Amino acid sequence: MSESPPTSPMPHIRHGSNIGQPLTRRDGILKVTGAARYAADNHPNGLAYAVLALSSIARGRVAFLDVQAAKSHPGVVEVITPANRPALAEDPDAKTNPFMFKLDLLQSDRVRYANQPIAVVVAETLEAATEGAALLAPKYEVEDPIVALDAGESFVPPSVGVGNPSEIYKGDVAKKLAAAANRLDVTYETPPQYHNPMEPHAIVAAWDGDMLSIDTPSQALAMAQGRLAGLFGISPDNIHIRSPFLGGGFGSKGFISGPQVLGVIAARMVGRPVKLVLRREQMFGPVGHRAPTRQTIRMGTDAQGKLTAIAHHTRTQSSTFDDFFEPASDASHTLYASPAISTSHDAVRVDTGTPLFMRAPGEATGSIALESAIDEMANACGMDPLTFRLANYADVEPISGKPFSSKALRECYTRGAERFGWAGRPLRTGQMRDRDGLLVGWGMGTATFPALMFQANAKATLRRDGQGMMEIGAHDMGQGAWTALAQIAADALALDMEAIAFRSGTSDLPDAGIAGGSAHTATAGMAIHNAGAAVIAALADLATSDAKSPLFGAGNGGVIARGGCLYARNDESRNESFADILSRAGRDEISAQGQSAADPSAQETYAMHSHGAVFAEVKVDPDLGQIRTTRVVGAFAAGRIINPRMVESQLLGGMIWGVSFALHEQAHMDRRSGRIINANLGEYYIPVNADVPSVEAITVEEVDSHVNALGIKGVGEIGITGTAGAIANAVWHATGIRVRKFPITLDQLITG
Amino acid sequence: MKSFEYVRPTTVREAVAAASEPGSAYLAAGSNLLDLMKGGVVAPDRLVDITHLTGLDRIETLANGSVRIGALVRNAELAHDAHFASHFPAVAEALLSGATAQLRNAATVGGNLLQRTRCGYFYDAASACNKRVAGAGCDARGGDNRLHAVLGWSENCIATHPSDFCVPLVAFDTVVEVEGRAGKRDIPLDQLHCLPADAPERDTVLERGDMIVAIRLPAAADRFAPHSRYLKVRERTSYAFAVVSAAAALRLDAGRILEARVALGGVALKPWRAREAELLLAGNQADAALFHRAATAALVDAKPSGDNGFKIELARRIIVRALSLAASGTPARVAALPASAFASGVTHHV
Amino acid sequence: MSLTKTLVINGLKRTIVLDDPRVTLLDLLRERLDLPGTKKGCDRGQCGACTVLVNGRRINSCLTLAASLDNAEILTIEGVAQGEQLHPVQDAFIACDGLQCGYCTPGQIMSAIGLIQEAQAGDDAERVREGMSGNLCRCGAYQGITQAVLDAQKVMRASKQQEVV
Repeated sequence: MSESPPTSPMPHIRHGSNIGQPLTRRDGILKVTGAARYAADNHPNGLAYAVLALSSIARGRVAFLDVQAAKSHPGVVEVITPANRPALAEDPDAKTNPFMFKLDLLQSDRVRYANQPIAVVVAETLEAATEGAALLAPKYEVEDPIVALDAGESFVPPSVGVGNPSEIYKGDVAKKLAAAANRLDVTYETPPQYHNPMEPHAIVAAWDGDMLSIDTPSQALAMAQGRLAGLFGISPDNIHIRSPFLGGGFGSKGFISGPQVLGVIAARMVGRPVKLVLRREQMFGPVGHRAPTRQTIRMGTDAQGKLTAIAHHTRTQSSTFDDFFEPASDASHTLYASPAISTSHDAVRVDTGTPLFMRAPGEATGSIALESAIDEMANACGMDPLTFRLANYADVEPISGKPFSSKALRECYTRGAERFGWAGRPLRTGQMRDRDGLLVGWGMGTATFPALMFQANAKATLRRDGQGMMEIGAHDMGQGAWTALAQIAADALALDMEAIAFRSGTSDLPDAGIAGGSAHTATAGMAIHNAGAAVIAALADLATSDAKSPLFGAGNGGVIARGGCLYARNDESRNESFADILSRAGRDEISAQGQSAADPSAQETYAMHSHGAVFAEVKVDPDLGQIRTTRVVGAFAAGRIINPRMVESQLLGGMIWGVSFALHEQAHMDRRSGRIINANLGEYYIPVNADVPSVEAITVEEVDSHVNALGIKGVGEIGITGTAGAIANAVWHATGIRVRKFPITLDQLITG
Repeated sequence: MKSFEYVRPTTVREAVAAASEPGSAYLAAGSNLLDLMKGGVVAPDRLVDITHLTGLDRIETLANGSVRIGALVRNAELAHDAHFASHFPAVAEALLSGATAQLRNAATVGGNLLQRTRCGYFYDAASACNKRVAGAGCDARGGDNRLHAVLGWSENCIATHPSDFCVPLVAFDTVVEVEGRAGKRDIPLDQLHCLPADAPERDTVLERGDMIVAIRLPAAADRFAPHSRYLKVRERTSYAFAVVSAAAALRLDAGRILEARVALGGVALKPWRAREAELLLAGNQADAALFHRAATAALVDAKPSGDNGFKIELARRIIVRALSLAASGTPARVAALPASAFASGVTHHV
Repeated sequence: MSLTKTLVINGLKRTIVLDDPRVTLLDLLRERLDLPGTKKGCDRGQCGACTVLVNGRRINSCLTLAASLDNAEILTIEGVAQGEQLHPVQDAFIACDGLQCGYCTPGQIMSAIGLIQEAQAGDDAERVREGMSGNLCRCGAYQGITQAVLDAQKVMRASKQQEVV
């Protein structure tokens, strides 16, 4: 039996179909009462606590661990080190596909980044395990770490992101640049960032023979199950993972991480259920991050301000032992028309944990550079930034020449600008002050994110009592899957929300793919949609082939489903309820499966992206340099909106990530030790409530019949793109100082 | 966290006796102490819990007019005490600009004075830090030191004191009442914290067992109430330590400064009283040029300890701004964003 | 060494035998008293997820030593609703979508209740934002959170006036 779905005692008000309704979160009551059970909230009988010891050096080997001291601490049950860690069925350093990342599971005494797990201490209490880990007091053979973008030999990675070519050329950039009337050649830097979901990675694992039961947050249950099955040499069917709620993921919970697997190893070793929760400072290393970049953008325009060339080069880094390359230059593929475009990447290998997908990987990083450069180019042409963008509007995807499946970006520009009050913005910098004398600046950026689809399965069931059920192992990390997918399910089953059970969030349900790439609603939603259609078709078969049914002979295609009934399409007086059809057929229930996947022919034909336009106001103290984002307005076109309330929240959240990217977050790494000096939430700044007094997201209607049958494009990540650049541009507009090293901090304005 | 003995004395005398044993630490709210213990920065053998002692949680006006604040008064209680806030508005503003509502509800007056530096190398137990381990070296030198000290630092330590509260307190000649093994004594706040020099492991002049029982603001301090402000530059709008902060207080007579108080935060290992600036201001007409001269005087000995030269210029500018804000008068109520550049109603041009 | 304490948690008097003085209030609630609604986000007083009310004041339970508390009245997220009847702040968080992943939500709600009781912010959104800045939300639900606090405060004020009438 899987996790029971969250239910809401409050009746939902419906106006027609469920899709498109701004329902409140179905898991809202559980979440506001503290009843929503996150992984670390579980406490099975006999629970022991595991705490990781992490390396404080970035390169070298562990020479000594004081296991005796740890073991003699009262309450400590076991200390797991490379010396006694049980054998695994698969090498944690094996990599058989690009979605398989190497894990640090105590396979050796080698240290390849700071905060790498080097031991696990298991104890009767959390306090004992924590102190036990401290008592290990490791001694190291230290080697000088390599941590900077300039360090070591650079190389061109075979691919960036997930299989994207690392270099793409269209037209003759050099020639066009040489001939350009206006030129730009600028370099931007983005810092390392860490996902830092509010919920640290956590696992409660229990073995029963070869059966493994797990509570852990996962953005991809089936992949986690498969990875664990490989490592422990058991069938995926033996592994049951519950992940009803994730306390945020942002990419860091897309693949099961080393620390989570170590929790499973610890449970096996002590023969008891084990809880392992990362401490906040331990989140800076073994669970992924966004790699820093240095991006050089060269642009040229003709005398009228039309782009003639864009060259976007990114230097980034991956770990010494695994590959993930932030595809930042790819941001220049889709937004601005230009006869010549080149994008390229190179990289160095450094002694850090492996970088990973982090909310809008590549898109966010590339966007802040591209949107800043576009702003600089507009200024060089003496043009308003919006006018400049409109002059370079891409009617087909610039890099590929493909038509867009839909693109309501012009309307986003119009609606966003209108709502923000962009008209009347002075062209020159430093022209606006508020009544308190603060400098005011307005900036804008274009947002874009690809409309992706992965593969998923769902199972739909209709029952004789008139109720329906939809089952899919989907993931709710805050985007509202419990609600939006249930809305799709209700429509797919032609039932009211109250008449369906929506089961989700566990690994024994049909594989919903990965909650990532802003594609979960489209992917899981389409599987649900297709499962619903399949079960309705099967039911229609029953009815139309039964002489006793009023629908007899109506033919499968001649029947429509609505409100728990089937109707003959041409004569609605001929109808029968689901319950009656099943009753007469002597069936308790009828089920069918549905699958979803991207349509390759549509993908071949069309470029598919969400779009948006973001307008930002910042205020800057003219003397003290302190910056505040006082107003952000974003208008987004992202296909069909399943739940406007949840979509607005996703967009606002993304935009706040954009604020953070531009002004706040960065990991400060000590170059000598390779350790992060602000590995805490007190000094790894993310925006607090007072940092974002006014953020507004508008959705622009967009019908897209190519992306998928539901017309869903996805909204999870697009909010960051456009916003980060808009804020950077607003800071320039306020101060006249163009800061190209992000985040923009006040010292850069004081000395700028 | 290392295991420790937990003791709960019932009188100050008992507490002092208990804490005089080596390896002891006083536990008040624990807001900073527990944080440090969890990070392995400090590892006391014994916690002497003083939160249940009576008589240390009062705010009282003494016969001589000075205001005495018990060491266990919570930061929020003091900031929201109407009488106190009206007499010492800059102190209330500083308190409200520090940390968060949750921390202010817990943190005590005594604990605030004794909070440790936020230097990342002090907190990172794997880094060399002379403050954490005497003679270990200072990894902040040559490291990530954008926010480190520009005044009073030494080659041995470039950390800063993080308190907001202490900045106006030091400007107002606050006295710290201490009870120790040898009985009671008063220490001027300006002399409580030690500059690093050769012995950065020592934060304060307090001896083993010494307990702060109260602070006293002298009666004369409240004459500054109509013209006193605290201003704090930080990297988030709220919930961030000061990059640089300043308290400025003036006694004015028809635009002429009778007496001035200026102190800086975030620039040194102690709240930094800028007496040179005060001397320069006194007796002169309050205007922008004077404020600039005072700011320059205050930073005359400043020098970067790393990538933080901007803090010297920033400190000058914040003094000028704080003085001009003070000159234009204390607002009737602490702004929605206390001590912030974004508190509306602040005039930015002198 | 074990310490015996009496605490009133969500209105229930509980006698607690503490075998380890290192236990924080947060870990006491989560790991020993089966009250995991209060969340651990940083364990260092830097995120606000662990906010509870102690004697009516909002504090970070991760930085509070359980041993130090005696006869304290503690209100956690589990004690806020009256049976099925949600607290106005809880209602408002749902209505304003002042949450996404929900992990910071218990702390946000306890902080909001504390803020309203402190009565310093009034209807000034800027004061609410400042007063709620001790509660990080990585999902960025701040707009909804601020609105929820303002809305709940109005509802609570109205119901109080009704009682007076």
